[in-house]
Amino acid sequence: MTGVSRRHPVWTLVIVVLAAALLWLILAPWTPGLESVLGRKRVFVNALFGGLTLGALYFLVASGFTLIFGLMRNVNLAHGSLYLLGGYLGFMIGNLVESVLVTLPLVFLLVALLGLFLQHQVFRRMEGEELRQTMVTIGISVVLADLMLWIWGGQSYTLQTPEWLEGPATLPIVVGLDRAGNPVYMRFPQVRIAILVMAIVIGVGMWLVLNRSRLGMLIRAGVDDREMLTASGIRIQYVFLAVFGFGAGLAGIAGVVGGTFQSLSPGEDTRFLLASLVVVIVGGMGSIPGAALGALIIGLVEQIGLVYAPTYSVVFTFLIMVAVLAFRPQGLLGARR
Amino acid sequence: MSGATSKPPAPALPMARAGIAPGWWAAAFLLIIMPLFAGDFWLFQVFGWSFCLGIIALSLMFLAGYGGMVSLVQMTVAALAGYMVAIFGSSGVTTISLGLAWWIFLPLAILIATAFATFVGALAVRTEGIYTIMITLAIASAFFYFTRQNYDIFNGYSGFNLVVPPRFFGVDWRQPAAFYYLTLTMAVLCFLAVAYVSRSPFGLALQGVRDNPRRMAAMGFNVTAHRIAAYSFAGVLASVGGILLVWQNTQVAPFTAGIGAVIDILVIAVIGGVRRPLGAFVGAFIFVLLSTFSPDVLSSFGLSTERFKLLIGLGFLAVVFFSPDGALGLYDRWREQRAKARDPLTGRARSGAPR
Repeated sequence: MTGVSRRHPVWTLVIVVLAAALLWLILAPWTPGLESVLGRKRVFVNALFGGLTLGALYFLVASGFTLIFGLMRNVNLAHGSLYLLGGYLGFMIGNLVESVLVTLPLVFLLVALLGLFLQHQVFRRMEGEELRQTMVTIGISVVLADLMLWIWGGQSYTLQTPEWLEGPATLPIVVGLDRAGNPVYMRFPQVRIAILVMAIVIGVGMWLVLNRSRLGMLIRAGVDDREMLTASGIRIQYVFLAVFGFGAGLAGIAGVVGGTFQSLSPGEDTRFLLASLVVVIVGGMGSIPGAALGALIIGLVEQIGLVYAPTYSVVFTFLIMVAVLAFRPQGLLGARR
Repeated sequence: MSGATSKPPAPALPMARAGIAPGWWAAAFLLIIMPLFAGDFWLFQVFGWSFCLGIIALSLMFLAGYGGMVSLVQMTVAALAGYMVAIFGSSGVTTISLGLAWWIFLPLAILIATAFATFVGALAVRTEGIYTIMITLAIASAFFYFTRQNYDIFNGYSGFNLVVPPRFFGVDWRQPAAFYYLTLTMAVLCFLAVAYVSRSPFGLALQGVRDNPRRMAAMGFNVTAHRIAAYSFAGVLASVGGILLVWQNTQVAPFTAGIGAVIDILVIAVIGGVRRPLGAFVGAFIFVLLSTFSPDVLSSFGLSTERFKLLIGLGFLAVVFFSPDGALGLYDRWREQRAKARDPLTGRARSGAPR
């Protein structure tokens, strides 16, 4: 970190000032002048936290996507289908077993198994043919989408929020004053806080595994130079399987999470596929911190855009992507290859 | 060199004129006299639709086959041209449509859609290979969500209905036979244009860029400019196809360029084979036949009639798995095997010919 701040002193200053301004916007009570410009503080802070949660969900989907891409150079366009499948499976299992602590691992396992099957039976047969793999994933996503429509129909499902996460939590953030002059604290659904925490835990865990463990070392080496890793006696197919299974399972978990705080219906698969595409384009392909940053930016922009300019929120996302492509084609944190 | 240049597909080219196979003459004759024996449903719904989709898929084939860039934005360009026709021409939404004359709105629509395609191309050529797919897919979906939310220009979710072809040259182009000839003519023109451009200096340079961009750059070719120009040319094709498609449907809505439609164009191009211009039309014909008649076929097998997408998806998977060159690749292989089965000296069938 110190190296970065020493190399780019101006940018560091800008980022610090922006962060301080944001913190002040969140923590301090707003003056009437500010409220006349930005609207009520509660709306703004809610959009901000909504964006954070959405970003967390996007991160869950996109991190698996970017990991698979980084290692195998395989754009898995069936990733959105894995997300939706995970959500539907979570719904089915949630009807049988009440506890989330059973549902989440079970869904992870099932979708990861499907991912293992795909990698072992399909993608391994066409290794190195990136375009063909991509086409095959498109075909698989079409087939999976129709199979899911067949099984679960066109209606939308919402997963049951676990009881111990129901209801709002009060955050120590003042959103305004009531008539008597007492501060009103912000209330935010507990589930969303749990999602945020979960994404952060998974993100940190992935970072630790990637940077501190032997498996992570293998994966990073595979991202950098696959041939050399194979030549040094590593059975890279096992690494591929592990990564693909993990990425797919993560998409499944994200489906359960997304089904809890939004809803599941046909079409959500492409929505989340596109979200993860944009996230990794903005953040940088194959980079986990990039996926986190991209997910944060896209989630925030989408929610804040939805509040302040509902018609054009999609366009903001698109403009960010265009700007990143124009000035930094490899993504914000992507490595230039 | 791709397969397209090894076998002359296009008449009207001096070099190829001597080598036009009789099959081409037969196909041309059959297509011209088609309205004599084909019903209105076949003319309008099957062939008209096939030609529209074929032209759009042809633009993708041009980019993918000659430029090596798989762009998923072609359907979006087509839909944008359709929207422009609805906005500048006349439609059922009289509050938005301007009702200009056809000789104004047609060039205007093609111009705007081509400008959009060029802009997308300028963005997309900053990346390569699979990245291009991702970026064009993201742009296509941004367009879809934008048109769905924007009511001032694109009339939101419902889009424009009653977009009918104008009467020009005293013909009602809405009639099945007239529409059939209109789409057939445009399809042949687009086909010839692609066949011509692929052998022009520009097309050859583009294929060089596809095969080895660094070498072409070293030889002094502007790689980026060639790629962007390819996007512009493909944009013209796509907008022509899009306008015809909108006239065929009489409506344009966000779902015209939804993710499903975008993928459909890719499926069409791949099923037909992206190495040759003809592949786009073969793929479109197969796709239209499947989507028109699969309910009957599926119900005869006792399956639900809604599983058409499954059929298409499985077919697409099978093609990508077994024949990367699509249906035309299968045909080539079959011919090769037949050629191998004959003894090259005597011309007689070999006994126990190697397969």
